[in-house]
Amino acid sequence: MLKLGVSRPTITAMALFMLAFAHQTVSAEPRASEFKLSNGMEVVVIPDHRAPVVTHMVWYKVGAADEPKGVSGIAHFLEHLMFKSTDKIAVGDFSKIISKLGGQDNAFTGQDVTAYHQRISKDQLKTLMEMEADRMTHLRLTNDEVATERQVIIEERRSRIDNNPGARLDEQMNAALYLSHPYGVPVIGWAHEMANLSREDALRFYKRYYAPNNAILVVAGDVTAEEVKRLAEETYGKIPANPEVETRARPQDPPHIVPRRLTLKDPRAGNASFHRYYVAPSYVTAKPGEAEALDLLMKILADGATSRLYRKLVVEDKLAATTGGDYSGYSLDSGAISLYAVSGNGDLKAVEADVDSVLDEIRTNGVTKLELERAKKSLLADYIYDSDNQANLARRYGWAVAIGRSIDQVEGWPAALSKVTADDVKKVADEYLDARRSVTGWLLPEPDDGKAAGEHVEKPVAHTRS
Amino acid sequence: MVAARPLRSTAWRVASRRMGIAASLATLAAAFVATFSPSANAMKIQTVKSPGGIEAWLVEEHAVPMMAMRFAFDGGSSQDPAGKEGVANFVTAMLDEGAGDLVSRDFQERMEDLSMRMNYEEAKDAFYGNFETLTANRDEAAKLLKLALTKPRFDQDAVERIRQQLLASLAYAARDPDKVAQNEWYAVAFAGHPYARPANGTEATVGKMTGADLESYRKRVFAKDTLKVVAVGDITPEQLGKLLDEVFGDLPDKAELAPVAKTNPVSGGRQTVVDMNVPQSVAVFGLGAMPRKDPDFMAAFVLNQILGGGGFASKLMEEVREKRGLAYSVYTYVYPFQHTSIFSGGVATRNDMMGQSLDIIRAELKKMADGDVSQTDLDNAKSYLIGSYPLRFDTNAKIASQLLGLRMDGFGPEYVDNRNAMVAAVTLDDLKRVAKRLLETQNLIVTIVGKPTLQQAKKG
Repeated sequence: MLKLGVSRPTITAMALFMLAFAHQTVSAEPRASEFKLSNGMEVVVIPDHRAPVVTHMVWYKVGAADEPKGVSGIAHFLEHLMFKSTDKIAVGDFSKIISKLGGQDNAFTGQDVTAYHQRISKDQLKTLMEMEADRMTHLRLTNDEVATERQVIIEERRSRIDNNPGARLDEQMNAALYLSHPYGVPVIGWAHEMANLSREDALRFYKRYYAPNNAILVVAGDVTAEEVKRLAEETYGKIPANPEVETRARPQDPPHIVPRRLTLKDPRAGNASFHRYYVAPSYVTAKPGEAEALDLLMKILADGATSRLYRKLVVEDKLAATTGGDYSGYSLDSGAISLYAVSGNGDLKAVEADVDSVLDEIRTNGVTKLELERAKKSLLADYIYDSDNQANLARRYGWAVAIGRSIDQVEGWPAALSKVTADDVKKVADEYLDARRSVTGWLLPEPDDGKAAGEHVEKPVAHTRS
Repeated sequence: MVAARPLRSTAWRVASRRMGIAASLATLAAAFVATFSPSANAMKIQTVKSPGGIEAWLVEEHAVPMMAMRFAFDGGSSQDPAGKEGVANFVTAMLDEGAGDLVSRDFQERMEDLSMRMNYEEAKDAFYGNFETLTANRDEAAKLLKLALTKPRFDQDAVERIRQQLLASLAYAARDPDKVAQNEWYAVAFAGHPYARPANGTEATVGKMTGADLESYRKRVFAKDTLKVVAVGDITPEQLGKLLDEVFGDLPDKAELAPVAKTNPVSGGRQTVVDMNVPQSVAVFGLGAMPRKDPDFMAAFVLNQILGGGGFASKLMEEVREKRGLAYSVYTYVYPFQHTSIFSGGVATRNDMMGQSLDIIRAELKKMADGDVSQTDLDNAKSYLIGSYPLRFDTNAKIASQLLGLRMDGFGPEYVDNRNAMVAAVTLDDLKRVAKRLLETQNLIVTIVGKPTLQQAKKG
C-alpha cells in the first residue's frame, strides 16, 4: 500500500522527534519544492545528494477509472504502447536508449494515475526529459504494433490474474464492492474487452488526457530545484498546453445499503480463506483526520503478529494460519479497507464469526491508549525506514500530487497522525466497519462444479518427457 | 513472521509494464548481489575488527540517525538434514517468536516499542539476517537481536502457530505455477544433491518438525567462523566493534556444517511437464555455468545481459515479447551458488504457444553460442552495466546487501573499485568464446507447469 511520505531528512528529524514525544504537534519543514511551468505542468523536486543518481517520473492525472465504458484496460494498454515510437525515436528504442545510458525504466497504471519512471545517472537527466517530453505528444502507432502488444497485455493478465486464484477472487470482490463507480473494473481490463482494444481507442485516450497541463514531473535525487526548473523549461516547457484536455468526471456510487458476498471455488486455492472489503473514504474524500485514523485502525486491527486479528484468530482461538489487512487511502474517490484470514482447518464459518467478533469489539470499545501509541510509533518508523529510498520518495510525492494532495499535506502527515485520538479511531471503526459497506469473499480449494465443500482437491502430477 | 498471503488486496490494483523479475527469483533473492557491484564515488568501505575478533565491513553515513546491518552464516537450506527439509526456513520464521525471558508476544511488542526491524531468510548456501535500528534505540535493539540469535525459545505453541502458516504457504505454493516450475527445475537439475531439496520442506517434514530440530539447526549453523557482517549508517567503527561483540560474541567459535559436494546440473538435456489446469504455462530453463571466480564469469555476466538480462533491451525480450507478443515476461540470469553455478531463465505464455516460445528461446541461445553477437550488442550491454552501477548503492539497505554479497563470494572491498574495469575489459572474442562454452543447448533443462502444447510450431 502506498502511503503519504515526506522527504527523508525532514521526515526523519520530525518522526524521530515524534517517536519521543508522540503527543506533541510538530510543524513540518518542507524539503520538497513545487512549481508550475507556464503550460500548466506541475513540478516537484526532492533533493537527495547521497548518490549521483536521479529518479525521474512523469505522472498523468488519468487512470483506469477514467476509461470509457466497454474499453476497459485502455489506460494500461496505452501505457505499454507509449514505448513504441515517435518521429524521433524508432520502434522499441525508448528503453534501449535508456539502457545504453546506464538507466532503468518502466511504467505503471493505477485506477487514478499513470506514471512513467526512470532511474539514471544525474548527468543524463536532460536527455531523459527530452525523450519523455517527446512522447507526451508525438506518439506514433501502427496497427501491427498494437496487435502484437495486445497479446502481451493479455499474457500479462493471465500471469497476474487468471493464473492466480487470489487475484481472481480480488477481481470479483472489487466488482461487487462498487455499484456504479469504475473502481469495480480491473485496471488491466476485462479479458473480453481487452481483446478488442484498438489503435484508435489508444490514440483517442492519449489525445484526451496526455498533455503538460494534465501531468506532473517529479525528480528526486542529486539535483536542485533550480537545475530541474531550467531543464524542465527547455523540454516539457516547450509543449503547448492543451485547453481541450479532459478532467475526470466519474460516476459515483449510491449509498451501500446491503452486505454482499460471494464464493470462488478454485482447486488451486491452497487453504480456504476468508476476505472482506469495505468502502471507506480516501485521503482525498475523508473529513480531516479520518484517513489517518483509518491507517491507525488497520495497523492495530490487522497488521502483523501483535494485531488484534492475529492475536485472536491465530494465537488464542487457533482458527486461522494467518491474518492480515490494510487500508488503501490513496485514491481519488474512495478508499478501501481489506481484511483476510487464511483458515487452518477449513472451517470458514468459524473464522468469519471470529473475525466479526473482533470487529464488533473494536467498534464497541475502541482501542487502548497503549495500542494507539504503539501504532503511531510503528507507522512513523515505517516512514523513516522507507524514506531511505529515493524512488519511494518520488513515488509518494507523485502519487499524492496526482490525486490532488498538496505538498504541505504530504509533509504534514506525521503531525496529522500524531493528533489522532483513541476516540477518533473508535469513531471510524464504528462508521466504516459497517457490513452494509462490505463485500465478503470466500476462496475454497474445490473444483468449480457447484459441489459441496471438502471434496477431492486436484493435485498436480509430474511426468517427464525425454 | 511468515505469512501465507493468497491475497494482498492492493497488489493487483496496479498493472505495470514489466513484471519484477525478483518475484520469480524469490528463492534466490538474498545473495543475488554479488554479480554486480560497485560503487560510487565517495563510498568508503572500512574493515572493522571488534575487540573480540569479529570482522565487519562498515560504510559510515551519519546524515540520518539510523543504521542497517546485514549478516549471514554459511549453510542455508543445504544444511537441512534429509527428512528435515524446511528446517532452515522454519527457523527464519521463529526468531521473533520469543527469546530469553520474553515470550512471543512480549518479544514482538518490545520490537515495536523500539521501532526496530529484524528479519531472516534462507538461501541454499546461507542463512541471512537483516537488522535496522534508529540510533537512539541501538543498544536496546542490539540486545534483542542477540537474544534472538542466542536464546530463541522455540515454545511449543509458537512452533505450532508457525507450522500452520508454513503449511498454508506450502499448500498455496504447490499450486502456484511459478513456484512449482522453480522447485521442479532444481529437483531435476540437482537430483540426489542437497540443492534438489525443497527449501521450504514438504507437508510431511514441516508437519513433523520439533523445537529440538530448530534448536539443533541453530546450534550447528549460527557460529562465528562463518559469520559475515556489513553495517551501513550512523555508527562509528568503535561503536560497531562493541555492538558486534554484544550481538555475536557468545556464539560458538565453529559451525558444524555437513559437507556439501560440488555439483553440476545434470547434462544431456531434460524436459519435464507438471500438469496443472491453468490458462498460461510457466517454464523455467537453465544449465550449468562457470563459478563466480572463473576468469570467464564476467564475460558470462555480460553475455547474460545481452541475451535476457533485466530490462527491455535483451534479445529474448525482443524476439519473444516485442516482435511476437508471446509473453509478458521472459528473462535470464547467471547465478553462482557456493557449490555450483547456473545460467537460468523463465517464460510464461498461453498454453498453446509454449512450444513456439521455447523454440525461439532455444534458437536465440544457439545463435549466441554460434557467435552471432555484434560489437554493438557488447557495447550497449557494457554501457548499461557500467553506467547503472551507482543505482545499486543509493540506499543504506541496498549498500549493505551489495557488500554482503561481495563478502559471501570471497571478495575484498577493492572489488568495488575494480568492477567496472572488469566489465569494460570483456571483448567480443571473450564473449564468443564464453557463449560457446556456456550455452551448450543440448544440456538445457526445462521444466514446464501448465497444459502446454509442445509440438514443434511454425516459427513466426
